[in-house]
Amino acid sequence: MGGDEGGGAMIVAERVGKSFTVRARRDGRRRRVRTAVRAVDDVSFTVGRGEFVGYLGPNGAGKSTTIKMLTGILTASSGTLRVCGLDPSRRRTTLARRIGVVFGQRTTLWWDLPLRDSLALVRKLYGVEPEAHRTRLAELTGLLELGPFLDTPVRQLSLGQRMRGDLAAALLHDPELLVLDEPTIGLDVVSKTTVREFLARTNAERGTTILLTTHDLGDIERLCRRVMIIDRGRLAFDGGLGELRRTVDADRMLVVELARPGPPITVDGAGPERVAAERTEGPRQWLRLPRSANAAAVVAAIARDHDVRDIALREAGIEDVLAGLYRGEHAYVAPGAAEPGAPGAGSAEALAAE
Amino acid sequence: MYALLAWTWVRAAAQYPVSLGLMVVATAAITGLDALAIVLLFAHAESIAGFRAEEVLFLYGTSALSFALSDCVLGTADRLGEHVRNGTLDAMLVRPVSPLVQVATEEFTPRRVGKLVPAALVLAFALPRLEADWTPGRAAMIPLMVAAGTAIFAGLWVMVGAAQFFLVESHGATKAITYGGAFLTQYPPTMFARDLVRGATFVVPLAFVNWQPALYVLDRPDPLGLPDAARFASPAVALAVCAAAALAWRAGLRRYRSTGS
Repeated sequence: MGGDEGGGAMIVAERVGKSFTVRARRDGRRRRVRTAVRAVDDVSFTVGRGEFVGYLGPNGAGKSTTIKMLTGILTASSGTLRVCGLDPSRRRTTLARRIGVVFGQRTTLWWDLPLRDSLALVRKLYGVEPEAHRTRLAELTGLLELGPFLDTPVRQLSLGQRMRGDLAAALLHDPELLVLDEPTIGLDVVSKTTVREFLARTNAERGTTILLTTHDLGDIERLCRRVMIIDRGRLAFDGGLGELRRTVDADRMLVVELARPGPPITVDGAGPERVAAERTEGPRQWLRLPRSANAAAVVAAIARDHDVRDIALREAGIEDVLAGLYRGEHAYVAPGAAEPGAPGAGSAEALAAE
Repeated sequence: MYALLAWTWVRAAAQYPVSLGLMVVATAAITGLDALAIVLLFAHAESIAGFRAEEVLFLYGTSALSFALSDCVLGTADRLGEHVRNGTLDAMLVRPVSPLVQVATEEFTPRRVGKLVPAALVLAFALPRLEADWTPGRAAMIPLMVAAGTAIFAGLWVMVGAAQFFLVESHGATKAITYGGAFLTQYPPTMFARDLVRGATFVVPLAFVNWQPALYVLDRPDPLGLPDAARFASPAVALAVCAAAALAWRAGLRRYRSTGS
């Protein structure tokens, strides 16, 4: 059991899968048909100590299922999973002492208790020493600005306050790993900033490993050095943010403003493909430039043939990159997808050595 | 840990002092009337299905006390279904305390303890009036049967809770086993159809809550004609029920599918 404790890996997932049997009524048939749905399919990855990893994917891709397997809520149907060196579903309560979990969608606090009492109860549940608790609580109160609402019952807290309370509750026992499922969902800009700064500090100063799922790309761009993307149950990408942009070979967008509205612009011979405006709005037109296209030649061609007032070239934002991924527009080759063989093989050796 | 969580809920209830006060008053009134009604009813009936009034009260008291004790400790276990549906079970599962303890202590109020009062009153009323041959063995059987009965009901509560993992909308159906079982064992076995008594012996072992040990205390023949050893089998049956409940609970947790978030 303790053989892999000393290693640098906080999470090791090897070919982890989770399938659900769904009984659905098919049209025209009276009996319900059982179908197996693979929510997570053969996912392998390793997260080292101290990493800050963003876990992305469209709704229903398997993010929450992965999180629930990591925290021991769900039992994986196949593959092996180790978190802090433990099998999450078999050693759930032991693991619970070493990790902190925050669900953005629902609170883990007691609805009717004042926040202070909720946190005191958390202390007892986790068996934290009173002295350590006092210091930690003071620290968290300062960082998360909990002071003004410590004595308010949780049900009366605003969403932003509640989320900060939940974060404090998840970190009171000083976990090695913090798992956050959409922690900034529904928060206003100020609360989001507080939460993000707090998470960045926790990761940097305490060395807490953080895994976070989100739909908020601001979270990813500000916080995560590494991004994993899951799509239809499979790990589609695993690498750095910049690497993601390059891998997806993001298109650039040329925004042209003409002197007067005209028919959509088309440019031939600027690259292997023909470039055409995909959107027009009065005098403004948007042209998508593939990486292979020569931007200078396209701009020159447009300037020659049209009366241009303004022209701008935009790099695709992370949003465009992901939207492209999710729509399946790009036949992406994920560098991470080839990689799991390496850590997988490494862990297999480690297991064999035990 | 259980006591700690229960105390927290009591304090949470104290957040609404008026409501808590009214609840305590109402519970005291209802339980008092309940006990009075039972005593009055049975004090006027000579015998029911071959059992004398005080014997029936004895059965009623032991069953009701066992049930009230188990209900007090684990009665909210069947709320698990709600937590499964609402997804709030996930939050319980990431804490280092069994979700069973967390569900069972939920909304623990002093009112739960109040349910013990009528049962204890009826038993206290019936015991001195029993014309039993009070050997030390018979006297020792009383606390033992209440303890075993409590454990059997507790096991049933946990099984009912575990069933919610499998049958998400079974709230009403599963209540039949616990509340129905409590009702059944409050009356003499001779009052019911023989098949029902068999079911309550071999399928859901309710007979061991009080019927079988009471046959020993009252020195009566078994309507099913089981060997005498059955009269002392309650603790073993209680252990078996609790073990089965623990297995069912574990199996349920492993099968838990959570909800999308």
